[in-house]
Amino acid sequence: MSLATLTRAWEPMSYGFLDGSAKREVRRKMLKAVAVPGCQMPYASREVPMARGWGTGGLQVSCTLLNPKMRVKVIDQGADDSVNAASIRKFLARVSGAPTTTDTLEADLIQSRHRIPEEILREDQVLVLQVPNPEPLRPVQPNMSIARQMHADADYGRMWLQLYEQIVRAGRVMQGASYPSLVNGRFIMTPSPIPRWDVPKLHMAKHLTILSAGREKRLYVVPPYTRVEPLVFDDVPYRVEEHGGLTCTRSGATGFFMNEIPQDDGSSAYEISDSDFGVKSIRKREGEEVAFGATWYTGGEMEGQGR
Amino acid sequence: MTIALDAPRIVRTQPILQATGVSKSYGPVQALSDVSAEVYPGEVLGIVGESGSGKSTFLRCLNLEETPDRGAYTLDLPDVQGNLFELDRYARRMLCATRIGIVYQNPHQGLLMKHSSSGNVAERLLVAGERRFAVLREKAREALDASEFPLDRMDAPPVELSGGMQQRVQLAKAIALEPALLLLDEPTTGLDVSVQALVLDTLKRLQQERRITMIIVSHDLGVIRTLSDRVMVMRQGRVVEQGLADQIFQDPQHAYTQQLVHAKL
Repeated sequence: MSLATLTRAWEPMSYGFLDGSAKREVRRKMLKAVAVPGCQMPYASREVPMARGWGTGGLQVSCTLLNPKMRVKVIDQGADDSVNAASIRKFLARVSGAPTTTDTLEADLIQSRHRIPEEILREDQVLVLQVPNPEPLRPVQPNMSIARQMHADADYGRMWLQLYEQIVRAGRVMQGASYPSLVNGRFIMTPSPIPRWDVPKLHMAKHLTILSAGREKRLYVVPPYTRVEPLVFDDVPYRVEEHGGLTCTRSGATGFFMNEIPQDDGSSAYEISDSDFGVKSIRKREGEEVAFGATWYTGGEMEGQGR
Repeated sequence: MTIALDAPRIVRTQPILQATGVSKSYGPVQALSDVSAEVYPGEVLGIVGESGSGKSTFLRCLNLEETPDRGAYTLDLPDVQGNLFELDRYARRMLCATRIGIVYQNPHQGLLMKHSSSGNVAERLLVAGERRFAVLREKAREALDASEFPLDRMDAPPVELSGGMQQRVQLAKAIALEPALLLLDEPTTGLDVSVQALVLDTLKRLQQERRITMIIVSHDLGVIRTLSDRVMVMRQGRVVEQGLADQIFQDPQHAYTQQLVHAKL
């Protein structure tokens, strides 16, 4: 038996960019992470042709999951057309031959940075979130070895200390993004820097969410139909951003998460942060037949959340 | 004229804390050899000794921060059983958080320096499972008030406070959950004499009001004399003499204790 019979012939590039063993490792870690919702699984984060911090974690997960029949959507802060999103989408299509889309309803795999689309995701869709800092305990426990022990012991008292400090200092919880949340009643995770608006979307969601940090080499998962509860005090309710009453100046839609655009006269205009949803709203207003999915928020309120 | 006298203390035959045969070595250095101590409810035990005599190590063992090589440690409290040195990490932490309060010599050890002072006190309650903001706030205020901390500065981080105030924050944190046992590791060392006197006053008042069982470790005989009922003298990891405070100070038996008392006077 020679070495050649045991190994595969050399190829200039493997399917989906990552080599087989890398993909197998990520897949195994994803399965493990699904089994223990919210628990951070270390994995051997590989080099990808992109700098750390630009979504290398999400990209590795996407490369692993892709096949030629999967439709890919990539968003960056809700926008399909930002340079980062467009480049990752192009890269994924090139290494896998997968078709791309910007429509949330058509997508099978959505890689996202800092937003969850406004339309409700289905059971057959996978959301991949890019995570810069996967450790929710870092602000209260700089020593990562002890932080890991704290996760093991579910010793999360200090997380509330953070909220306590914010309420004392500012009168309300100031955590704007990465709002720490308890997954399945066991592990606290940071849901990547999505706004507070998006955190309730993860609670009992139908879709699979995979969160992956390339630089920190950790991935964790919110499986379908899993409880995700943002940390709150018993007497201070969780509140999302007050965007429910805002109207998009471009599409006229109301009740969704908005980007604030400062105007010359000092006032602010708003446009829908989920760019594809905005585009669809404009097309509809112009009289086109457009298919909309059900949205998580209706009229700026989320069902079952008294806020 | 009426003279305010201390209420007579109830003497129980059962000590609240019992540590027997505690030994600990760091490599070739024998920090503690066969140290035993008993503390009765509401009593203050003072431990004196020179630097390196093992008194702080003993206190760290009692706070379950360190596991000794040998020895047994029991607390006579409802729902606390067995040798506490054998508890697992989780049980140990819960016991420390809810039943034992500690004040360190160095506030950096006991406090989160960049969080607010009230937050430091609230952390204790959070670890014990309190999740109501209003209650946390109120209890933190009460504890800080009891340790005579100026309440208008309760949200200032300890880095911005003076040494005496930092010790008061530590004390408030230690008593927030009304622990059964309060450990004081050189609580006034490093403070100037007048502030030291004020902190000692606070400790004395708390002891009288709440009848907290305390163990105070110090190399300063003045501190020990002010607070403690009973004194244990340690040297090179051994207990050389123990007895009532007056007895030790007025009539020291062991040569080392005699030296110590005379050095002070």
